[in-house]
Amino acid sequence: MKITFPHIGNSYIPIKALFEDLGVETVIPPKSSKKTLELGTKNAPELICLPLKINLGNYIESIAKGADTIIITGGCGPCRFGYYCEVQKEILKDMGYDVDIIVLEAPEGNKKEFIRRVSKIANTKNIVKISKSLKNAITVLKKLNALEEMVLKARPYEVHENEVDKLYNNFIDKLEKSRGSREMINHLNNAVEMMKEIKLDKNREVLRVGIVGEIYAVIDDYCNFDIGKKLNKMGVEVHKSLSTGEWITEMLLFRSMGMSKEMKIWEAANPYIKTCIGGHARETVGNTVLYSKEEYDGVIQLMPFTCMPEIVAMSMMPSIQEEKNIPILTLIIDEMTGEAGYLTRLEAFIDLLRNRKDKRISQTVDS
Amino acid sequence: MKEIYLGVDVGSVSTNVIVMDSDNNVIDTLYIRTKGKPIEALKMGLGQMKSRLGENVKVLGLGTTGSGRHLAATMLGADIVKNEITAHGVAALNIVPNVNTIIEIGGQDSKIILLRDGIIYDFAMNTVCAAGTGSFLDRQAERLGIPIQEFGSLALKSKSTVRIAGRCAVFAESDMIHKQQLGHNQEDIINGLCEAMARNYLNNLGKGKELKPPVIFQGGVAANIGIKKAFEELLGCEIIVPKYASVMGAIGACILAKEEVKKRGKTKFLGLNIADSSFNVQSFECDSCPNMCEVVKFYRDENLAARWGDKCGKWSNVQISQNDEKLA
Repeated sequence: MKITFPHIGNSYIPIKALFEDLGVETVIPPKSSKKTLELGTKNAPELICLPLKINLGNYIESIAKGADTIIITGGCGPCRFGYYCEVQKEILKDMGYDVDIIVLEAPEGNKKEFIRRVSKIANTKNIVKISKSLKNAITVLKKLNALEEMVLKARPYEVHENEVDKLYNNFIDKLEKSRGSREMINHLNNAVEMMKEIKLDKNREVLRVGIVGEIYAVIDDYCNFDIGKKLNKMGVEVHKSLSTGEWITEMLLFRSMGMSKEMKIWEAANPYIKTCIGGHARETVGNTVLYSKEEYDGVIQLMPFTCMPEIVAMSMMPSIQEEKNIPILTLIIDEMTGEAGYLTRLEAFIDLLRNRKDKRISQTVDS
Repeated sequence: MKEIYLGVDVGSVSTNVIVMDSDNNVIDTLYIRTKGKPIEALKMGLGQMKSRLGENVKVLGLGTTGSGRHLAATMLGADIVKNEITAHGVAALNIVPNVNTIIEIGGQDSKIILLRDGIIYDFAMNTVCAAGTGSFLDRQAERLGIPIQEFGSLALKSKSTVRIAGRCAVFAESDMIHKQQLGHNQEDIINGLCEAMARNYLNNLGKGKELKPPVIFQGGVAANIGIKKAFEELLGCEIIVPKYASVMGAIGACILAKEEVKKRGKTKFLGLNIADSSFNVQSFECDSCPNMCEVVKFYRDENLAARWGDKCGKWSNVQISQNDEKLA
């Protein structure tokens, strides 16, 4: 059994850790690229959202590298993501691939089936071993998320250009080459320490922008044309409202349990959206409101073309912009490889934020 | 010796070059069709402007904007490279300081820019929908055999309304053909088309936004008085079309270049003689990774001046050797 899985951001690193701890062979799909997208687009329904196309490309490339089992996470959230596994199964079958597809989703009721699937993937029935490996993988994931967050925060302040990137890329390289969670956790601890050592010029006038929207578009830097880095280079500190780590805990522990952070987001969204309408629409709205409270300079909403929950959230953005006095830019991502249009919008948005800030500062000086 | 600043807007349909003096007065403007060849268009534009200006001028700065702004900056050496939205906003503010809304319709895209108290407050840009752009009007004018310059004035002659679906260029075209076959007047159809375009623009870009007067209409399509009238009727207020409506982007870039030069003290502009240089572009597909980026190599007078198009920075980040830089 050779297991593979779709890419989303850097999640392949903790997944690699998990299966290495369990002693299961994995095939990491080649990094998402133009070729991945082409393969996916060719075989997916035309109007489906972009993540499915990239996923599909990932599988095809992995199968070519010898994978025979695909793990997909399911989702009970009422958006098309809930059907991804079924649609992808059918497409791969039609294409003539003989692969096993295992869907992992929150065990609503049928715990026995969930355990059967997990032990099949894990190649063991030893629950203690499984939960220990899982716990360590989640530690890797959380530490990796923390490092990514630091990078997006530090880059605009770095004194020596590209220093943060060099360090970050170097560690990603090390993580890819290491085996098992223990080694990775060591590397990550080192990376965080070294990040703290990087010389930053905190006197710079840097803007702060929060990123909200559909989870894949927010997290995956291939999908969002590395928007975080682009903004950083324009002198903007970036915070992403969603991370894979949070999503995993949410998926495993159920949304309905309502952790304190989620309750806060939902409460913030309440004047605009009172219930879950699928995907992360409610979180998009809630996080936008929270960013305004935390005095961010602006918010960027990202979504794949035809993403329904985000379209609903988008329709609320003008009123939030008005009432909370925070500029919001919505970018809709599709399979275009030209970035010029996005760059123009981003540059104009950043100009807008900077002028607003300058004006606010000069007004406080005057009064 | 007259001291001047230059503004260049390289768009999909037109390439504009404008000249301003130190007091922000426009001295000369030039509007050339890009025809898919931005390098040639810009070279020609600058060459023409050079001969029109004569010998007795000193260029203190140059700014570029438009979808070809980076290309133009590499060719000419620019003090500032600015996106179209900011450039249009700056230009409009210079002409009507209390402007609240800018409607800008160009060849390939259309924009709405909202300003409050002299700064840009919100904007939207459409590049997906062809029905809201100048290229669509161009095509329809050609199909009807009417010069685009007369399109607007013909619309004003219309006496009765013919409604044309403006949501999509394909529907609009088939709807228009259908109305023609029913025997409607050409003027009425043209007027219907202008109204459809204005309606589509407001539905598409103005959605959920408060369009407060004073409203400025600029971009190439602003020359079309039929569309101006349609906007006035839909918005119920007067629409200001500035004198240099079609080159406002270049004016904005010029003003910003002036500010930038003031800050830095000297210009990066390579001089008007650059119009006589030869420019060459070669491209290749990088095969280092599956992204297969199309990398562009840009040569000025046979010397490599810049490279771009790669995602990873392998080509674009590498400093071109000092020697080449000097020769260029």
